[in-house]
Amino acid sequence: MMNKVNKKILLGVILFAFYILVQVLINTGIIDSYYELNLVIIGINIILAVSLNLITGFTGQFSLGHAAFMSMGAYTSAILTAKFNQPFILALLLSGVVASVAGILIGIPTLRLKGDYLAIATLGFGEIVRVIAINTDYIGGAIGFNDIPRYTNWTWIFASVLVTILLIKRFLNSYHGRACIAIREDEIAAESMGVNTTYYKVLAFAIGAFFAGTAGSLYANYFYFIKPDSFGFMKSIDILVIVVFGGIGSILGSVIGAISLSIISLFLQGIPELRMVIYSVILFVIMVYRHKGILGKREFKIFKSRKKNRKKVEFNVGAISK
Amino acid sequence: MWVLSVNSLSKNFGGIKAIRNINVNIEKGNIIGLIGPNGAGKTTFFNLLTGIYSPTSGEITYNLDSKIRTKDLKPHKIVHYGIARTFQNIRLFKDMTVLDNILIGFHNRFKYGIGSAFLRLPSYYKAEANAYENALELLEKFNLLDKKDELAKNLPYGDQRKLEIARALAAKPKLLLLDEPAAGMNPIETKELRELINWIREAFDLTIILIEHDMSLVMNICDEVLVFDYGNLVAQGTPEEIQNDERVIKAYLGEEVEEC
Repeated sequence: MMNKVNKKILLGVILFAFYILVQVLINTGIIDSYYELNLVIIGINIILAVSLNLITGFTGQFSLGHAAFMSMGAYTSAILTAKFNQPFILALLLSGVVASVAGILIGIPTLRLKGDYLAIATLGFGEIVRVIAINTDYIGGAIGFNDIPRYTNWTWIFASVLVTILLIKRFLNSYHGRACIAIREDEIAAESMGVNTTYYKVLAFAIGAFFAGTAGSLYANYFYFIKPDSFGFMKSIDILVIVVFGGIGSILGSVIGAISLSIISLFLQGIPELRMVIYSVILFVIMVYRHKGILGKREFKIFKSRKKNRKKVEFNVGAISK
Repeated sequence: MWVLSVNSLSKNFGGIKAIRNINVNIEKGNIIGLIGPNGAGKTTFFNLLTGIYSPTSGEITYNLDSKIRTKDLKPHKIVHYGIARTFQNIRLFKDMTVLDNILIGFHNRFKYGIGSAFLRLPSYYKAEANAYENALELLEKFNLLDKKDELAKNLPYGDQRKLEIARALAAKPKLLLLDEPAAGMNPIETKELRELINWIREAFDLTIILIEHDMSLVMNICDEVLVFDYGNLVAQGTPEEIQNDERVIKAYLGEEVEEC
């Protein structure tokens, strides 16, 4: 038991030290605004990838509409902060809620579909959101939404990433999460064991959309400016690539995928002509030699051993309470 | 006391009459064998009983904790009513551990909400600890305890069958439907399965309906046998009666009896 507590404290200390270190480096100017921008992008990509992984990797629902949820969050946040001067925390949460409600509304009719059909339906949903945004003058239409105040900084990004990972991990380690994984494994068997598959698919969609919405909010309040085309079909594909690259069904894989793909494209910016070519070749090689992604379904040892220890403790707690 | 009553049940797939006008009552505590040639409608019958298909006509009534009628039958609700099943082609959650497979069996017994899962409230720890304990107990009874952390897909075939039955039992059913539990088993494994099913009936106080092609299993453990042919229920009776029934011999058992 000491072991488990120690490990948790150790992890907390490491994360906190990392946060302080980066904050100090930003304050002293060693991490300049260009690197900070990349840190923000990595953070947003982690949130997007982890939340899509919940839908695609764990629940097994192939969604190509994730950027649309991000877009809804971004516009919600932009309207609330720029037009109504609301505090950022409220905008952040409401962005998630709006995206989540959209996720439920779109999920109920489309989640009856399977595999390719669902992918096409969610793709269509993404395009609808984009076209509506282009044709709505209130939010700037095709020109885009300008003058959004900048609230997002390293602290917000770090906290959001941490909360996203923590909550999704906790969800997956509950019976709700197990039901979602069971749906991915065998829908008919899951149903015969009492899992309401429609409910859990929509739930996974809603939770995934919530975090995508918050990612959109962080994005909008960092870059001052958003336009509908930033959240098109290609953005959804980019997120999916991170998930597949890192490992479908692995949270840590999504984190590592987001970080490594961002770093790769950062280094390739020096050679813009060959950037996409090399990027594609790297993806190609990874998929041929590790088709389950970098991590497959595995999580890091530290997560695994913690899980086992926790279960032992739970066991004792249960015995006492009896 | 009856647990299941089927009245003039029919199911058509287009022009094919898969189930034709079946009437049957199942008594509590019995092991019922369901036999018949391939395509006789046995699995369709199971799928009707578990709400995967809805009948073209007729009524299915369960007398479990409460009376359940045909219109209440939804695949994800049957476990809640006290009915659990296994599948002809094993349907385990292959990339989940043996333990997690069992925990899914407890799904309908969990009550805590999503907020409780996010915030790790005491109700979360209590329910998870309880389920964990019960799952270990169940695995021990099935001799699978030492394999609890293995992925279900890595188990040998016989253990996969056992795990599927254990998962069904985790839901605490009153009525257990087994679809060809002995398929692909050798005679020794079948014998073990026979003992397992007998023990399950005693230990869990269950009514069991099983579809099976292995006559040694059916004739040895069943209290009653139903014979299906072309969607009709052609005979019903004790194993001895069935073995001597003209229509059954004609439809299905002909060669086996000649061999004897």
